[in-house]
Amino acid sequence: MKKTIGLILIFLLPVLIVYLLFFEPEYKPTKLELLKQSMQQKKKPSVDHSKFAELNKKFERPQDVTKTCISCHNKRDIEVMATSHWRWLIDEYMEGRGIISLGKRNAINNHCISIGGSEGSCNRCHIGYGYDSKNFDFTKAENIDCLSCHDNSGLYEKEKEAAGYPKSNLDFTKIAQSVGRPKMDNCGYCHFNGGGGNNSKHGDLEEALYTANREVDVHLARDGANFECVDCHKAENHNIKGRLYTVASMNRNRLLCEDCHSDAPHSESIINEHTTKVACQTCHIPTYAKVNQTKTFWDWSKAGKLKDGKPYKIDNEQGNDIYLSEKGEIRWESNLTPEYVWFKGTATHYLFGDTIKQVPVKLNEFNASYYDMNSKIYPVKIMRTIQPYDPVYNRLVSPKLWDKEDGKGAFWKDFDWAKAIDTGMKYANLEWSGKYGFVETEMYWLLNHMVSPKEHSLKCVDCHTRNDSRLKTINDVYLPGRDRNIWIDNIGIALILAVVFGVVAHGGTRIIYLRKKKNHKGDK
Amino acid sequence: MKKVYIYRGFERFWHWAQAFLVFFLGFTGFEVHGSFSFFGFEQAVKLHIIAAYSLIVLIIFAIFWHFATGEWRQYIPTLENINKQIRYYITGIFQNAPHPVRKTVLSKINPLQRLVYLGLKIVLFPLMITTGILYLFYRFPQGETGIKITINNLSTIAYWHTIGAFLLVAFVIAHLYLITTGQTITSNLKAMITGYEELEEENEEVKDENSK
Repeated sequence: MKKTIGLILIFLLPVLIVYLLFFEPEYKPTKLELLKQSMQQKKKPSVDHSKFAELNKKFERPQDVTKTCISCHNKRDIEVMATSHWRWLIDEYMEGRGIISLGKRNAINNHCISIGGSEGSCNRCHIGYGYDSKNFDFTKAENIDCLSCHDNSGLYEKEKEAAGYPKSNLDFTKIAQSVGRPKMDNCGYCHFNGGGGNNSKHGDLEEALYTANREVDVHLARDGANFECVDCHKAENHNIKGRLYTVASMNRNRLLCEDCHSDAPHSESIINEHTTKVACQTCHIPTYAKVNQTKTFWDWSKAGKLKDGKPYKIDNEQGNDIYLSEKGEIRWESNLTPEYVWFKGTATHYLFGDTIKQVPVKLNEFNASYYDMNSKIYPVKIMRTIQPYDPVYNRLVSPKLWDKEDGKGAFWKDFDWAKAIDTGMKYANLEWSGKYGFVETEMYWLLNHMVSPKEHSLKCVDCHTRNDSRLKTINDVYLPGRDRNIWIDNIGIALILAVVFGVVAHGGTRIIYLRKKKNHKGDK
Repeated sequence: MKKVYIYRGFERFWHWAQAFLVFFLGFTGFEVHGSFSFFGFEQAVKLHIIAAYSLIVLIIFAIFWHFATGEWRQYIPTLENINKQIRYYITGIFQNAPHPVRKTVLSKINPLQRLVYLGLKIVLFPLMITTGILYLFYRFPQGETGIKITINNLSTIAYWHTIGAFLLVAFVIAHLYLITTGQTITSNLKAMITGYEELEEENEEVKDENSK
């Protein structure tokens, strides 16, 4: 038997040595390397718009540019007018509510509450011209603002408080001749500045991304993948991939990390196994608002204080307003640790007019849990606000905030809550009792951007730890290292102590008897 | 007294490898459990998995060895002499009384050991290995890499694995102490290292009893 084993070893050993010496494993690029190769080829425009005679003329109005666009790109206007960018509504099935049309047009949020009555200012970010009231004609194609997304000259800019019209002194010819695929600044102009200032709303989308390094965002970094937004947010018939669940409800048209990276991108299988229940973002976005501050708390009830009869503001060191007579008290923070929630790709929303069922009022809810097959843990920014409501009807109200003129009921001009709410509620055709109070609200913002380099992603111990786990609010799952059954642990420790005690007692007795015996022998 | 070759080479290798692995699994396991920090959670998990696979391989070899050599018969439980053995540990041992059950090559473990080791082999180790494998491979919901069985929470698996771990720790402590209860304090330890132990011969025992 021993001989046979010996012989086999003697035979196998040289084979093994020869194999190790002469056969180098073939080099195989990792998934990430293949992905990097495929993303290296940057798209080049197939046409040069500056050569088209149609664009080589003077444009009086921005609408004339749009008409010229449509004259070649016919039917594209129909595509655009079907998108949420134009409609400011999406029609979706919402659990428990049926098919709902919800969007900026009619949503209530906990930043500037709603656009109702303030369209002239808010709708600077609408991709149209002249959306200054709820009576805007959404069928008039010439009012589509093609340039806000397709200008590649960097010269195009929308006017403040002009309902989406551009500045009047722009060289439309030059701008129209530059058009092409949207760049980061086309998207960022609105998406980085939503909610009245850079990084105000999202926390992970802001102007620092224009010049970001890999530490800030591996995808958009100039020294990283150097992406444009639309490299991932691809569009088909002007419908852009990606969703924002502050208004979206259904699990469709989502943009997932997995689309490029697959759901098993790690070399270690134990980490890949996490992807059944943990979203990529959870580990790979360890902090947000990495460069500039984002709003985390807003107290509207403090608004309206005046100094010498005039509105005033207080800035923090970063230049962000921490008090404004118009808006109240605002908290700005940076380098934030996300909060973590279950999410399965669907959301329900508080709709304008709904009765308040719980405080804080959850303006959007994900209704997911561990036991749901498609649920994963996601990082979120939770925006917390104290905002006006009607204590008699028990529902949130929409005050009119902005107007060009005094005396029209706008809170930012007249500083009168009752009048502003009255004007806003009449505008929305909703009854209100005439009484107002303030109530806490919450809104969940999923974090998807500012992905950190892999060296900075979460380590096992950030969640798998007894006391300070990142996932301390995720309580419906057993997390090794964090969780235990206190009874099992206590009884187990008691058992071990009992055994140790037994050993000490038994051993001690033996030693005592042994000594006695020795002494006996000595006596003899 | 006669020097007898009582533990064969594989048996000693198996015993010490298993001893090391059980200790190491306990150590890394309780770190994963969150009881203390030494290797760091990530490293502890990796080491625990490697040690677990090693132990499974070792146990497969040991099972084969037990059946091939017939040594499994050593663990057939018997109630005979069990009272004597218990009484020996409670009183006899202090008076330097002789071991109640004679140790021979064919019966090298006493009736209490038979029960406890059999319990280890057919209850505790299977419990730890089953819960351990489920712990490793079970994912909810059934992912591509998981075993497809309908359990929807890790907690039950983890609780049983923890219970087993505490029992093993208790066993190891008692076992370490009971090593010292051989003919001399170190004779059991020496036997498990060298393989040889001085055992009483059959007629010697008779003489012993007569002399009393």
